[in-house]
This record gives sequence, C-alpha cells and structure tokens, in this order.
Amino acid sequence: MANVLVVDNLDVTFALHQSEVKAVSDLDFTLAEGETLAVVGESGSGKSQAFLSIMGLLARNGKASGRAMLGDVNLIGMAPDKLDNYRGKDIAMIFQDPMTSLNPTLRVKTQLAEVLVRHQGFTAEKAHRAVIEMLERVGIPEPVKRANAYPHELSGGMRQRVMIAMALLCKPRVLIADEPTTALDVTVQAQMLDLFKNLTNDFGTALVLITHDLGVVAGVADRMMVMYGGRCIEKGPTDTLFYDPRHPYTLGLLHSTPHVAKRAKRLDPIQGLPPSLEHLPRGCAFHPRCAFRFERCFEERPPLLPVEDVREKACWYQGELKYEAVA
Amino acid sequence: MFGYALRRVLTAIPIVLITITVCFFILRLAPGGPFDGERALPPDVMKNLRAHYNLDQPLISQYFIYLGGVFRGDFGPSMVMEDFSVSRLISIGLPFTLMLGFSAFVVGTVAGMIAGAVAAVQQNKWPDYLLVAIVLIGIIIPNFLMANLVQLFFGVYLRWLPVGGYQPGSIAHLVLPVLILSLPHGGRVARLVRGSMIEVLGTNYVRTARSKGLGTRLILARHALKPALLPVVSYLGPGLSYLLTGSLVVEQVFALPGIGKYFISAALNRDYGLVLGTTILYVFIILALNLIVDVLYAWLDPKVRYR
Repeated sequence: MANVLVVDNLDVTFALHQSEVKAVSDLDFTLAEGETLAVVGESGSGKSQAFLSIMGLLARNGKASGRAMLGDVNLIGMAPDKLDNYRGKDIAMIFQDPMTSLNPTLRVKTQLAEVLVRHQGFTAEKAHRAVIEMLERVGIPEPVKRANAYPHELSGGMRQRVMIAMALLCKPRVLIADEPTTALDVTVQAQMLDLFKNLTNDFGTALVLITHDLGVVAGVADRMMVMYGGRCIEKGPTDTLFYDPRHPYTLGLLHSTPHVAKRAKRLDPIQGLPPSLEHLPRGCAFHPRCAFRFERCFEERPPLLPVEDVREKACWYQGELKYEAVA
Repeated sequence: MFGYALRRVLTAIPIVLITITVCFFILRLAPGGPFDGERALPPDVMKNLRAHYNLDQPLISQYFIYLGGVFRGDFGPSMVMEDFSVSRLISIGLPFTLMLGFSAFVVGTVAGMIAGAVAAVQQNKWPDYLLVAIVLIGIIIPNFLMANLVQLFFGVYLRWLPVGGYQPGSIAHLVLPVLILSLPHGGRVARLVRGSMIEVLGTNYVRTARSKGLGTRLILARHALKPALLPVVSYLGPGLSYLLTGSLVVEQVFALPGIGKYFISAALNRDYGLVLGTTILYVFIILALNLIVDVLYAWLDPKVRYR
C-alpha cells in the first residue's frame, strides 16, 4: 500500500538558556494508507514532540529539522500560513486532555464548523448541517442540542468525541491521536478505541496512536514503534513485538504491564528512571537500566538495524532475551 | 442572561442603603459641624440655623428625614453654600467630571488593549520591552507630578496647549487632562491584556485552534481575544471609578470646573448634605459600573451564567 506519511531524519531541539536539548533524534518511519501505527514510550521519550513538530505546533523555543513528507510536500520547516492549508484538512491531531483542548468561550458547533468553512469553503449553514451529522456519527446523543452547548456542559468522554468529530470533519489522510484515552474512565476508553478503529476504517484515514498504555496498543495497532531517549529503539508488527520482543526495553515494558490472567504476581517495573534528555548516557541510552548490557553498550550507540524482514531494533545484544535475567 | 442581570440589580439595593447609613452616621461622629467657624455664632442664630436644617432633632429622626428625601430624589440643601441645593451643585459639576472621566477611560482602555496585545504577540522582542517600559512609567509616576511635568513641557516650553482652565467646546483644553488621567489606567489595562494574552496563547485550546489550520488572525480574533479579556473586564469597573474619583486631583491641577472642588471643600466644611450627596452619587456610579461589568462577564464566560 502507498505511504501517506514518510518521516526521514527528524530531529527536534529545544533552546534553553545556555544549552540545547535534543528531544527527538534521527527519527525515521513510514505510515501507510489506512494503517494504524502505535508509538510507545515513557514520558520524555520524545513521542509527543516528534508529532507536534510535524504539525508545526512546537513551543516557541523548539526547532525541527529533517523531512516529513505528506504526499509530496515536506511539512517540516514550512511557514505557518502555508502549513495551515494542510493541518486540519489532510493531517489532523487529537490531544490528550479533552477538558482543556476545547475553547471554553465558544459553542461546540462554532468550533467544529469553522474547520469546514476554512478548508472546504462551506457556508455557515451547510457547515452546521455537516457538523450535526458528524456529531451523530461519533455517537453523541441529541447532536442538535449538544452542538449548541458550551464545552463545560459536556462530560469528558463527550468532549473527546467532539474532538474526534472535529479532527475527522475533513476526512484527513492522517490522524495523530496523542494519548487520546489517558484522561478518560476505563469504561469509556474501550468505547473510544472502537470508535477510532471504525471511523478511521470508514474514512481510510491512517492513525498514529501515541500512548504509554500497551493495553491500548494490543487491540488496535497494526505496527508499533517503541521510543526511548528521543530515538526509536524497536519497531515492527504489533504481534511480533508483543510475543517476541527483541529489545530489552520492550521486554521490560511488557513485563511491567499488569495482566488480568496472571494474578498474584508482583509487577516488575524497569529498574531506574528514564534518562534526562539533557544528560543522555554515553553509548546506548538504555544501558544504565539494562540487564543485558556488556562493554560495547557503554561506549557505542547501537544503530537501528533490520532484524528479520519486517522489524528493526537498536541493540548490540544478539543473544536470546530471557525474562528471568531481569529479575 | 436576563434573569442573571435582574438578580444583580436586586442585590445592589441593600448595598446602597447600607452605604447611606454608614456614611450618615460616620459623618456625624466626626467633630465639628457646618456652622462652626473661627468665631462662634450668637446662640440664638445658631439655634435658628440648627432648627432650619433639622439638626436639633434626635439623630435617628434626622436619619429618617434624610432617607425619605433621598427616596424622593431630594438630597437636601447645601448647608454652607446658601441658596444652592445639593442636586443643583451636582448637576453643575457632574457633567464635566463624567465627560473627562469617560474620555480618559475610552482613550486609556483602547490604547492599553492595543499595546497589551501587541506586546503579547511580540513577547520578549523589542516592541514588547518598549511598551512595557512606557507602561511602567505611566503607572509609577503619580498623576499630580506627571500633570505638572506635561504642563511645563507642552504648555510653557512648547506652547502647544493651554496650561489649564477650560472653555466649553475647546478640545485643546482637554488634551492634557485626558492624557494624564488615562496614562495610569491605560498602563494597567495594557499589563493585564499582555499577561492574559500570553497565558491564553499558551493554552491547549489555542494549540487545538492552530492544529485546525485556522490562521493567526482568526485564532487571535475568535479564540484568544474573548478569554484574554476576562481579567481585563473585571478591572474596567473599578478602573472607571478610579478615573471618576481620581479626576478630583486632575481637576484641581488643571483648574477644571468639575465636581471635585465641591467634594473637597464640602468635606472640609462639614457640609453634611453635600458630602453625603456626592458620596451616594459615587456609590451609585461604582455599583452601576460593577453591574455592567458583571453582565459583560457573563457574556464573555458562559460558565458564570450558571453560578
């Protein structure tokens, strides 16, 4: 299948008072039409910043370089007013916190309709009809009433549905969802993931799901990319990464996730803390917390290299990963 | 929205009553009275005067007599300036004071909002630093000093504008007083707008708006302006009442025919009727302004309407 988004050599740096911090280093990935890619990592792994940079939404002190090709245009380094022709239309984003991501002073319908007026040239009236239709589509009861409501009159799950409706109004080719379920109740989370799956299927939209929740990934994603210290350290089809992880960090992540089936066992967290991006360890960024490290890991950073056909990892250790070794 | 406004009007009534009561009794607690001069009046004259103004009656019945008058819209006579009723004196001075205050309010608010918004969008660049410096000077230097400085510079050195006084219909006479009065007000508005605008531009919902590709102008006008004005609007009510009361000083410095001179001399002369009348007037203005601000607030922030 054709790729809708090809990211090449993406770097994101933030200027601090005296120094610079590299939040994302040398990130490469592709996103095929209609596919779902999960991006997994701890806080500070650079997963959100990578995609904010693609949307041109970095903080004032942030700078991105590299390429992010949406079709045949490069979004990185594009002037904001040119970028406005693509974002919201061909590439859309949903944010983590639906409570603060909607404007509290504007009615729901205003915030939705403006997308269609801006990108599709709809008249206000036509846009309002399309908005009601889309609200119904994302499972909002009494859409006419809700469209006239202000965000504070809706529940958290309802607001996230509004965000989804907003992002999908123009049937974008790429939808980036940054921790879309983290702020929601567990019961609502499952409904929301179903909704994502169905709508992106219907519209042929490729979905990037940024999350730290492996439970979310398992049911939804076709492929998975694991990030650590601003770099991709393993990627491949979701099933293979789940059942046969090749990077010690991926292995650690899987074992620190609770399972309903395996009760009574204590959770095994990964020892230590994620590294500060200002002081990344020499060699492999993960080596201070890794049970499989050897001399080479202290000195040289492992490159991301293919393992088998469809997957890649960045690790020097080539032996078998046995979980017991961690404990 | 209408019910909300009505509730606010009804709660204003007890506030007016309480202020009248407190002011009435505090004024009477202060030593001296309107007829105490350097030389004592003959006892018979004093007795007649006191009887004429009901001052010989028990304090509590004087209070009710006064209150009754206020309800009929009669603020009584001035006790010092013979032949003038309080209402008459107010109607002579008030229009000018209002005109001066509102002019300064409009000039200061508009200039302050523009300056604040520009500074916020240009945050930490030279236009921002320049505007913040001007604003701080406007706020820090007290207006009687600033008034003398501009009188000296524009009036005496450059001779562009009159130093003081007023002729009806002359705009030149108003330029300096309005400038002086609006400077600290505009400065405070600019600081508030700058601060809240910077905050709003960093919120998640402005990020959402940017992710929709709306363009800077639409984001500023539709998404950022309304929430950024919230803290400013709540300042505008008190701000305008500072301008109306603060104009007392400016009226003195520029020798302008406003209500200020009556208010100051009435307080010194213990002119009970005139002090109370002007005080009630100011209370009334402040309450009305706060009411307008509250209703405006409810329009800006939908959450307020339900509280």
